[in-house]
Amino acid sequence: MEQRKRKGFFKKVLEYRQLLLMLLPGVLFFTIFSYLPMVGIGIAFQRFTFDGGLFHSPWVGLDNFKFMFLSGDIWNVTKNTLFYNVLFILVNNFIEILCAIILAEITNKHFKKITQSMMFLPYFISWVVVGAFAYNVLNYESGSFNTLMKALSLQPFDFYNSPKIWILIIVMVCAWKNIGYGTIIYLSAVMGIDGAMYEAASIDGANIFQRIRHITLPCLVPTIVILILLSMGSIFRGDFSMFFQVTGNNAMLYSTTDVIDTFVTRSLISTSEFGMTAAAGLYQSVLCFVIIMIFNTLVKRYNKDYSLF
Amino acid sequence: MRVQRKSVSERIFNIIGYIILTIMAIIAVIPFVMIISSSVTAEHTILKYGYSLIPKEFSTQAYEKIFGFPDDVLRAYWVTLRNTFIGSIIGLFTTAMTAYVLSRTYFAWRHKFSFFFYFTTLFSGGIVPWYILCVRYLHLKDMPMIAQVAPYLISVFNMLVIKSFMQSIPDSITEAAKIDGAGEFRIFRQLMLPLSKPVLASIALFIAIGYWNDWYLSFMFVDDAAHYSLQFYLYKILNAAEALARISSLSGYHVGEMPKENIKMAMAVIATGPIILLYPFLQKYFVKGLTIGAVKG
Repeated sequence: MEQRKRKGFFKKVLEYRQLLLMLLPGVLFFTIFSYLPMVGIGIAFQRFTFDGGLFHSPWVGLDNFKFMFLSGDIWNVTKNTLFYNVLFILVNNFIEILCAIILAEITNKHFKKITQSMMFLPYFISWVVVGAFAYNVLNYESGSFNTLMKALSLQPFDFYNSPKIWILIIVMVCAWKNIGYGTIIYLSAVMGIDGAMYEAASIDGANIFQRIRHITLPCLVPTIVILILLSMGSIFRGDFSMFFQVTGNNAMLYSTTDVIDTFVTRSLISTSEFGMTAAAGLYQSVLCFVIIMIFNTLVKRYNKDYSLF
Repeated sequence: MRVQRKSVSERIFNIIGYIILTIMAIIAVIPFVMIISSSVTAEHTILKYGYSLIPKEFSTQAYEKIFGFPDDVLRAYWVTLRNTFIGSIIGLFTTAMTAYVLSRTYFAWRHKFSFFFYFTTLFSGGIVPWYILCVRYLHLKDMPMIAQVAPYLISVFNMLVIKSFMQSIPDSITEAAKIDGAGEFRIFRQLMLPLSKPVLASIALFIAIGYWNDWYLSFMFVDDAAHYSLQFYLYKILNAAEALARISSLSGYHVGEMPKENIKMAMAVIATGPIILLYPFLQKYFVKGLTIGAVKG
């Protein structure tokens, strides 16, 4: 029995040899850059030294995790990461759906095309340049915000000394950069809705707001669920480039702008606490994995078509 | 579009709609106007009045300074062009090849391999093991050319988009070629690649933008300034006094009187320029790529 199964396996390998050969680069890539680092999770349980490497560093059990949770920073950055992502999901999806619905209803083609292009443009700009924008607007001496304040003879505002205001700034920057992308996805979903439904509703005397409320929005629910589910998978991940570049990695602002990713990367680069940093990274990965599993199962139970896998 | 005569509610909706979209569109582009304007403002007016939307005193001084001694900028441009070119070609080809295999319905192991790839988006070892692998075991710090390309070659998302597009191409086309004795690789290269052009064009552009905008891989793996990518070079100009001091010492300024603020903004313009210039022509491919992806969900 075992023998026959084995024979079948080798026969299959032979049959698929061309396809398997074509898969090889992709498999190698993910083995190297995704699966080998998973083996490296061991670092989180070691007092890792660069010279010792994974195989000759001493094992310390859960000490790194103990140290991480006791030192306290991790709670704040976890809270920040979660808080920002919830805000991003709410704000971005709201604006994207709003813009998509308006774009779908508006009849002037040129206006539609131009505004859509303009809104999509920020998506293609690097975070370093967005950092330059932020500096241009916000810096104390010459920022254009304070230029305006001075012109109106008002007090200049020191953004880099006011951590609280950065919640607003980061949410705005994130929306500014990403809504063009989301709007296009929602717009293509709106355009896919059967036009006959709108006609029937018009004949029955429904006005435009009623049509949006009772046709467009319900038809968008699958897209909304899938997009939100996708963002759920990274609800404990912060976009490192965004937080790092927009704040200029300013230590004054860590209390409100430090997220797990900036915290981990900074510790990785500026300290040699590899073990503790790896523990923080693993803690984040496990959180993300658990969250996506829970939400995917919930959505699956509600409606199988909406789940990711 | 849907109703000929406009009712009151539609008129209200239209007015609000036009206002909202106009505001959103202006907000989207205003930062670009601001940095362009700041980059052509004379340094002393910036120091005195600050950045503003319309230059108070026009000056091309910043660009003259940068292009007076263009070696650093041109080198960074070259590094980024090289990364973008090599990364897009190799990345697109391997992504498409993998997608092709996963789209074959007669390949009984396709679900197992799909899971192998998809799982990496659900769980990861974290950045520390990744970094240590790259630096200590793969020695990427000694190979800046590879270090700035290899880690971003294949993305699972792009792979799935191409796969779903290839699945929509009828099997009958490839079956005929198979009967004629064509191997899998040949079918992929001579049939599927040309047939998938629309999706490949947009994925290629997204990959290229990713490399063009990348500063992170230089930040992590490149110590030698000669190998800085363009965006990382810009980052250095914005944040580190020494990079700025280098420009101004080359251009014969004393540190105290050197132009800084407008040079920073001019560098941002130079680093973004090609994207803005190409954007109007390429935009439709980006939109197409997104809607192909969205159909799949």
